[in-house]
Amino acid sequence: MVDQTADAPQEQVEHLTDSEATVRYLTEKFPDVVKADEREGFEGVVIDRDHLLEVAQVIRDELGYDYLSSATAVDYLGISDHLEMVYHAYRTTGGSALNFKAQTPRENAELPSLIDVWPGVDFQEREAWDLFGIRFDGHPNLKRILMWEGFHGHPMRKDWHEAYYEQDTKPYDSRWPGGDVLRTEELNVFGKNVSYPADIDLSRLNDESEDALYSGLGLGVDIQELDEGSELKTDRLVVNLGPHHPSTHGVFRMIVTLNGETVETLEPVMGYLHRNHEKIGERNTFLHNMPFTDRLDYICSMSNNHGYALAVEQLLSRGARYQPPTYRAEVIRVLMVELTRIVNHYWAIGFLLNDLGAFFTPALYLIAEREKILDFFEATAGSRMMCNYMRFGGVFKDIPERIHSVANLMNDQVRDFNTMQYLDELINERIPRSIEELDQYLTENEIIKARTQGVGYLPPEMAVAYSAAGPLLRASGVPYDVRRADPYSIYDELDFDVAVRYNGDIYDRYLLRIDEMRESARILQQILPRLERTMGEPIFAGNKQHTPRVPVGEAYGRVENPKGELGYYVVSEGDEKGPQNPWRYHVRAPSFINLTVLGQMCKGHKVADVVAILGSIDIVLGETDR
Amino acid sequence: MAEGGFGYGLGILKGMGVTFKHFVNTYAADIGYLLNMYSDRPGSGTKFETRQGLKARGMYTVEYPDEKLAVPERFRFVPFLIVEDYDHEERPGHDWCTSCGICAKVCPPQCIWIVRGTNPETGRPKPEPEAFFIDIDICMNCGYCAEFCPFDAIKMDHDYELASYDRTTNHIFDKQKLSKEFRYWRTIAPTTAVEEMEARGGWEHTDVIKARKKAEKAGGKAAAKSKPKAAPKAEVKPAADAAPAAPAPVAEAPVPEDDPNIDPKKARLMKKRAEMLARKEARKKNK
Ligand code: SF4
Ligand code: SF4
Repeated sequence: MVDQTADAPQEQVEHLTDSEATVRYLTEKFPDVVKADEREGFEGVVIDRDHLLEVAQVIRDELGYDYLSSATAVDYLGISDHLEMVYHAYRTTGGSALNFKAQTPRENAELPSLIDVWPGVDFQEREAWDLFGIRFDGHPNLKRILMWEGFHGHPMRKDWHEAYYEQDTKPYDSRWPGGDVLRTEELNVFGKNVSYPADIDLSRLNDESEDALYSGLGLGVDIQELDEGSELKTDRLVVNLGPHHPSTHGVFRMIVTLNGETVETLEPVMGYLHRNHEKIGERNTFLHNMPFTDRLDYICSMSNNHGYALAVEQLLSRGARYQPPTYRAEVIRVLMVELTRIVNHYWAIGFLLNDLGAFFTPALYLIAEREKILDFFEATAGSRMMCNYMRFGGVFKDIPERIHSVANLMNDQVRDFNTMQYLDELINERIPRSIEELDQYLTENEIIKARTQGVGYLPPEMAVAYSAAGPLLRASGVPYDVRRADPYSIYDELDFDVAVRYNGDIYDRYLLRIDEMRESARILQQILPRLERTMGEPIFAGNKQHTPRVPVGEAYGRVENPKGELGYYVVSEGDEKGPQNPWRYHVRAPSFINLTVLGQMCKGHKVADVVAILGSIDIVLGETDR
Repeated sequence: MAEGGFGYGLGILKGMGVTFKHFVNTYAADIGYLLNMYSDRPGSGTKFETRQGLKARGMYTVEYPDEKLAVPERFRFVPFLIVEDYDHEERPGHDWCTSCGICAKVCPPQCIWIVRGTNPETGRPKPEPEAFFIDIDICMNCGYCAEFCPFDAIKMDHDYELASYDRTTNHIFDKQKLSKEFRYWRTIAPTTAVEEMEARGGWEHTDVIKARKKAEKAGGKAAAKSKPKAAPKAEVKPAADAAPAAPAPVAEAPVPEDDPNIDPKKARLMKKRAEMLARKEARKKNK
C-alpha cells in the first residue's frame, strides 16, 4: 500500500493527527533526546535510550498513542553495529502509526522497559530478550519466552548460527549447478552441532527453567501456606494444564495456581512449536517467505499472505519500476481474505464449543460448512490450507473458470462446477444460511449462557493497554478494526460496519464473531459484482518476478486478520541495488500478543473456565510460537 | 444457577431442533440417493456432485480410501519432471528440463538439487540435467518451481499418497523417479496444459518450437539460395545430446534469447549469469 502519511487522512484541525507532525512535535519538545530517523527509507524517531520512558509517557498521554501494536528488535551487525528496538504505536481512534526506536550497543544491551506505559509490551520484551539478548530494565519477569531457560545464545542475532546452518542467505550455492544431493543431517549430525552454556549440567537433562518458572509464580517454599481469611481452609495447588491437553489447541501450557477451584495466578508457557520463523525469514528471499507465512496461522493462510504482500509492496513502491496490484487483484484478495475470516470464525466458534464441553457436534457442522470454502481455495490456489496465493503486485492466478477435477487415482470421485455460479450460491445462500443456523443453534442455549456470560471479563481500558487485538478488543467495546482505522486494499470503498460488543466476556466474543461473519458476508456480496465486472482483466500490473530487488528501508504492513491485527515489520538493508533477502522479517502475531492478557482475565475464575477463556481468545500455536 | 423459571431450556430445545434437522437431512438425503449413490460407484460423477455440492444438506462423508475425492487441476503436491512421451517420434523420453537452475533458486526450503549437464566433448554446459533430486520430506508443496520454470518442465503432481517406511532413502526422489511423460500432465491438468501450450506456441517443448521456426526460416532461405543441407541440420539441433559433435548454440545458452514467450530481459540476465558461472568455474579450475 502507499504511504498513508502522505495524504493525511482525517481531522487535521485536531492537533497532530499526521505522524510527520508528531515527529516534529517530539523533536522540538526533546531537542537532544529525540531525533528524526534520517536513514534512507526509514521513518519515525530515534529516542535516546536514557529518556525512552519519559518520552514514551508523552507519546501515550499527550499525543494519544494509546495502543502499542508492535515492539521488536533488529540487529544491525555490520551496518551500524547496534541493536535497535522498534515500536509501532497507534491511536485507537484511527490513523497511521508512530514509529519510534531506541538503540543500544550489542555488548550488554540494555533498554528501559515500557511495561509501565503499555503493559502489552510484556511478552514482546521477553521475546526481544530471548531472541536478541536485550535486557529490559524494570521488567518484572524478564525470562526467556520461546526458547528454554539455559539456551545458549540469542538466536536472532546475526552472528548466531542455527544447528543446520549452511549459508547466510538463500539461494544456496550447493543446489545448482553442482547439486549432488545431501541431507543436512548427515553433514551436521544432531548433537555435534549444538553448544550449551557452561552452567548447564547435561547429565541432569533438566535445566533450571522449571525451577525458575515456579519460583516466578511466588510459590517456592510456602506452597503449603494456608489461606487465613476464608472460612474454608484451602491449600494452594499448582496445576499444569498442557502442553498436551485437548483444550490448548496445540502444544501450549498454562501453569495455574489454584486456591480451591479458584485461579489465583496463571502463567502461559509457550515455545513448544518454535522454529524461529523469523530467522528462516532472514535467510529466505522476499518471495520465499510467502509460503512460510501460510504456516503461521494455518487456518487463515490467505490473510497471512495478504499482510506480507502489503509490507513488501510498501518497500517495492519506493523503487522506480513498481506497479501496484491491479483492481482485479485487489478484488480477488479481498474475496479470499473475507472468506478466510468466515472460515476462521467457523473454526473458532466450533472449538470454543468444544472447550465448553459440546464435544464436536457443533464443530463438525461448522467444519462441513468450511469445506465448501476450502474447495474453492483448493481449486484456485492449489491447496486447501497452505494457499500461498498472493504475490507482490498481484495474485498467483486468476480464479478458474470451473472448479473441476480429473480422476487419476483409483476410485476418484469427480466434481465439476462453474466457479462464478458456485461463488454466487456460496456467498448469497450457503454462508448466510449457515450463520443463521449457527445463531439459532447456540445463541439462546441456556447452558452456554451460564458458562460464558460474565466469564473472562476484559475491561476496555485493559484491552487497549495490553495490546489485545481483533475480536478480543472489539468485544470489550473498542471499535478498532484496521480495515477501518487504517484502510488498505479496497476496504475504503466497501460498505460494512465494524462489529462491536460491550460486555467483554466470552459470550460477547462469541456474538461478536457471528456479527463479524455477517459483515464479511456483506462485504462478499459487494465483491461479487466487482468480480463480475473485472472479469478478464489482468491480475498483475507488471511482470511477475521471482527475485525482485527490494529498495532499502523499513515497512510495517498490517492487516485485520480474523484473530486480530497481523503485522509484518520488514527491513531491507545492505546492497545498494536492493537486496534479495530481507535483513529483518518480524511477525506481529495476534495470537501471541493476545495471550499477554490471559492471566489477568482468568484471575478469580474457576479452573474449568480457564479452558473456555483460552478458547474465546482463539489462538493458533503456529503463530504464537513462530 | 441461571434465572430459571418459565421458558428455561427453550434455547436448548431450539438447538436440539437444529441437531435433529441435521440428523434427518443426512439420512433423508442418503436414502434419496441410495440407488444412485451406493449402487454404481465409482466415478458416479453427477450424483456425487449433488451430494457434495452447495445444495446438499446434512452430512456426507467420503469413505477414504475406498472412495477418493479427485483433486482439482491446480492442486499441488510434490513436483514431477516432464519428459517427452516415450513414443515421441524425434526425442522419446527426452527431458524438458534444461537445467537452468531457476527452480532450485526459487525453492523456499531449497530442496531441489540439480547437477547441470555438460557436454563430455566440449566441457560446456548442455541444456539437460545430469541429475535432478527433490527431497520430498523437505518440499513444502508451494508450487514455485512449477510457477517460475521458463520451460514448463517441472509441474506439480496430484498423487498425494507418498507414504513409505523409510525416509532416508525413499524420500529423495531422483530424476528417474521424478520423470513422467508429457501426456500425463495433459491428463491431470487439461485446461492448464492448453493455456501453457498457447503461451509456448505449440504442444512441443520451447526448444523444438524454436528450432522448427528457425528451420522454417532457414528453409525459406535455402529455397532461395538452393542450399539443401541447411534445413535438416537445424532440425537435428534440439536433440543436442544425440549430436554431441555439434556444439549447438542452444547448448551454450540454456535460455533461447529470441523466444517470444520468454521475457528477453530475463533471458539476457540468465545468459549473463551462465557466463559468470562459467568464468567462476574456470577460475576454480585454475586454482
Ligand atoms: S526451472 Fe525448469 S528448466 Fe530450469 S532447471 Fe528447473 S525444471 Fe529445469
Ligand atoms: S513445490 Fe516448492 S518446495 Fe517443493 S520443490 Fe517446488 S519450489 Fe521447492
